[in-house]
This record gives sequence, C-alpha cells and structure tokens, in this order.
Amino acid sequence: MMSKPEFTPNEMMTIAASRALKNDDVCFVGIGAPSAACNIARLTHAPDITLIYESGTIGTAPDVLPLSIGDGELCDTALTTVPVPEMFRYWLQGGRITIGFLGAAQIDKYGNINTTVIGDYDSPRTRLPGGGGAPEIATSSQEVYITLAQSKRGMVEKIDFYTSFGHGDGGDHRERLGIDTKGPTLLVTDLAIWKPDPVTKEFTVVSLHPGVTRDQVQETCGWTVTFADGVEETPPPTELELATLRDLKARTEAAHKTA
Amino acid sequence: MARFVPLPQAVAENLNNGDSVAFEGFTHLIPTAAAHEAIRQGFRDLTLIRMTPDVVYDQMIGMGLARKLIFSYAGNPGVGLLRRLRDAVENGFPHKLEIEEHSHAAMANAYEAGAAGLPCAIFRGYRGAELARVNPNIKFIECPFTGESLAAVPALKPDVVFIHAQKADRKGNVLVEGIVGIQKEAVLAAKRAVVTVEEVVDDFSDLHPNLTILPHWTVTDIAVVPGGAHPSYTHGYYARDNAEYLKWDKIAADRDLFRDWMQKNVLDATPEDFAGRVEKLRDA
Repeated sequence: MMSKPEFTPNEMMTIAASRALKNDDVCFVGIGAPSAACNIARLTHAPDITLIYESGTIGTAPDVLPLSIGDGELCDTALTTVPVPEMFRYWLQGGRITIGFLGAAQIDKYGNINTTVIGDYDSPRTRLPGGGGAPEIATSSQEVYITLAQSKRGMVEKIDFYTSFGHGDGGDHRERLGIDTKGPTLLVTDLAIWKPDPVTKEFTVVSLHPGVTRDQVQETCGWTVTFADGVEETPPPTELELATLRDLKARTEAAHKTA
Repeated sequence: MARFVPLPQAVAENLNNGDSVAFEGFTHLIPTAAAHEAIRQGFRDLTLIRMTPDVVYDQMIGMGLARKLIFSYAGNPGVGLLRRLRDAVENGFPHKLEIEEHSHAAMANAYEAGAAGLPCAIFRGYRGAELARVNPNIKFIECPFTGESLAAVPALKPDVVFIHAQKADRKGNVLVEGIVGIQKEAVLAAKRAVVTVEEVVDDFSDLHPNLTILPHWTVTDIAVVPGGAHPSYTHGYYARDNAEYLKWDKIAADRDLFRDWMQKNVLDATPEDFAGRVEKLRDA
C-alpha cells in the first residue's frame, strides 16, 4: 500500500458485499448490514436490482436506509407492496428470490445462523429477537449471502441454536435433508471474503481486505480459520463506492434524527 | 354491521381475561392506542399473538397482562432487543411467560389458514431449523402426491384481533393501505375484530378498485383514534417516530423507569392523547 487506506473496515465490508450483487438479482434483504450493502449495489453497479423486504415491498429504492423492515420509505419507493403471506408464499417459497441476504448474531463455519438465544433455549442467558423470516429465507432463496463484523462472540465453533440452516455439519447435509437450494455461498466480514469449500462446505477465506493479515482474521474468529490456496486481496473501495456509501449514511442519519 | 363506539367500550366489550388476542401490524399501523387501553383496563392471562411483537408487546408483558406469547420476531425494530420481554423470559419478571415461537412464514401461513377456515397451514419451511425441536406445534407431513416433506402448524384463530387502519366510511367499511402486513388475514381469522381508524369519511366511491377493504360485516367495532398507531406510523397521515423507538431501549432497560413511564404515558393517559403525539410527524 502506498498510503494508509482512507476507509473503515465496516465501509470495506459493506462495499465488498455490495459488489457480489448483480443487476438482475432479486434480493431478499435483511435489516442492518445487508440493507446497506444491497442499496449500495443499487446506487452503483446494479441500478436495476430488485430489492425485496419482508414487509412486502417489492422493487424498493429507498433514498435513506430504513430503520426497520417496514419503514414508509420502502413502500413509497417500491414497484408494489404485497401482503406478508403473499411475500412468503409466492415470492420466497415460490422460488423467485435469487439471493437471500442475511446478517447474524452468531454464525459457525458452515454458515448456520443463530438469532434466537444465547445459552439454553428453555432458560437462555440472552433472549435474542428470533428468526423472523430467516429460517425460510435460508432454505428457499436460491443462494444465501451473509455479512457480519468479525468477533469471537459472533463467529463460534458451535452455535447455541440453529435458527437458520446453512450447511449443517457440512458436506451434503443440505441434500440429505431434501433442501434443493445452494445455501450460504458467500460470507463478507469487515476483514475478509469467505466462500464455502466445494466439498466440506466450510467457509474458507478467499480474499483479505487491504492491509488485513491472516492473524487478524484468526484472532477475531472462534474457529480455526482455513485459508484458500492463493488468497487474493480485496480491491479497495473506489471513490464512487465510498462517496455513495457515505452520502447514504449521512442522509440516513439526518432522516432518523428528525423523524 | 360494525358499531362505532369509543375505544374504552370497544376494548371492554371485546376483550376478556384469558383470551387469545392479536394486536397486529407489521411495523406499519400498529394498534398502540388499543393496546394501551387494554393495559389501562388491566386484563390478565392473555395469550398474546403477533408476528412482530415490539414496543407495545414489551409494555403489555412488562405490565403483567400476558400468560403466553405466540410470535416469530420479538425485537425493537432497528434498535435491538425487547428488555421487558427478556426480563420475563430470562428472570420470570413480573411473572413467567410461556412462549410459542415460529418463523414469519409459519405465522403468515397460520393466519391465512385461520382466515381460510382450515385447521392447519402447510408450507415448505423449518427445514433444518431447530425451532421444530423446541416447539411441539411444528410438525411435518408428507405430500400425498409428491411425497415431499412439508411443515405444518395449527391455524391461528384468535378470540379477538385489534388493528389500526387509515379510515372507515360511514357504514363501517375499513380501508388499509401501504404496508398492509397480515391485518386482513388476522381480522378474517378472528372471532371478533376491533379497528381503530384515523378518520371516518362519507363513502369510498372515489377509491381505486383494488385497495384492501374490510367489509363492515367483517368488523365488530370501530373506534376513531387519530394518531392511534404512534410511535408506529399511518401511511398518508404521519411518519414513524423513530426517536421514540430509540428512547424505549433505555426506558425498558430499568424496571422502575419502565413503571414510571407507563404510569405517566399509559395509565394516566387517554386515547385522545395520541393526536397530540403525532402532530409534529404529520405529512406536510
């Protein structure tokens, strides 16, 4: 690197995640980090992407990031808004979603996600919100992308609860359960890009973000990290990507303060 | 034919101790005023049903109204966790709360089955999901035609459903628009339905023909409560009060702070107070 990169790890995460989305994707958007990435894709290289939120908004193009999945902004800017049962039955279960984009409180190396409880289900240490749409997004979307910032609490050897099924115990576990979709095919963190090993399905680092070391990735991950042969360096954010993200965040902050 | 009655009467004459009740709304159109009225009237042993229990369910659980919660996502949308719910589940305060937990797809299908008069809903769901292990109301059946294993959950048929809507006409037909959520299905699945509305208009003759209208004979009672969804929003009337959701996180974190807030803003308040709360949020 010629000079210190002038972007934060979180900005790199959002931008790297946005790049994975294509112009013709139909993306079921989770709230939080996925929502930012999906809208950056729409505002940069994928202007025609269809963004769907579980509140029923199809083809939405919010000017500011929604605080919740049901903000009025999503409906105002959508092509159409359908009832919630229709959303889950026709559009998700019907196989229309190419990418389900999820965040996670806790994830394991096979892309299984826990957003239900920390500790035992019947007497939890921390009661989390639960699955919402995720259990079926994880199995009915053609593919699943996951994004979260790395931490030992978040990336664990064994999750406390299987809210949303990824690759289970790895290998052909999905097929054995009769799940015919691909499941998690991409994990983007604030430090790296991960893809499942073709055979074991364990998430493997394929690209390190600029300036990130292998040690940093391992220190913030609860399982022993596997690195792919020929790990690449993630291209740094372009000026356009960075400016688009910062503008969006600034508009969002201003809007939620006054609202 | 729906009756137009004051909210306290609508709640008193439709809700009973021990009822299964849904105050539905999917982020939009949450019937906060009706829930606050239920809190003021001090109901007990309720089975609270809702896909997305948020602040107002946190309030009802914290005030001890609920015996059981049937839900699919219990969070403060965009903010975090529900702290009164956590206190009930993790510490049994103010008392133990039974929970029956589903996914959104399951709840949406279960309301639809209730509206359709079916005993259960069948859908492709819960594959590999651990909720199927902890919730005995999640079962799997084999498709008689293809042999595919499909999830089944009991239909939701609440004793009473409360929703908030934009407007009613003089006959009591109700218009819901914007993010319509699960409200139509919930109303048609329930034995009794109470609707709070922003306003009453003479008739709906000038509206688009495909809007979501609940005919007056599907609604038990209507109460006019301007601002009745606050801090949620009513599309076309006022915006979501995001600052209130952010504030709730601190209020609900402390038992005494919570109790004081409820005393001042709910127990000592009236349905008429809602109009003032949305004044600064009204569309220009």
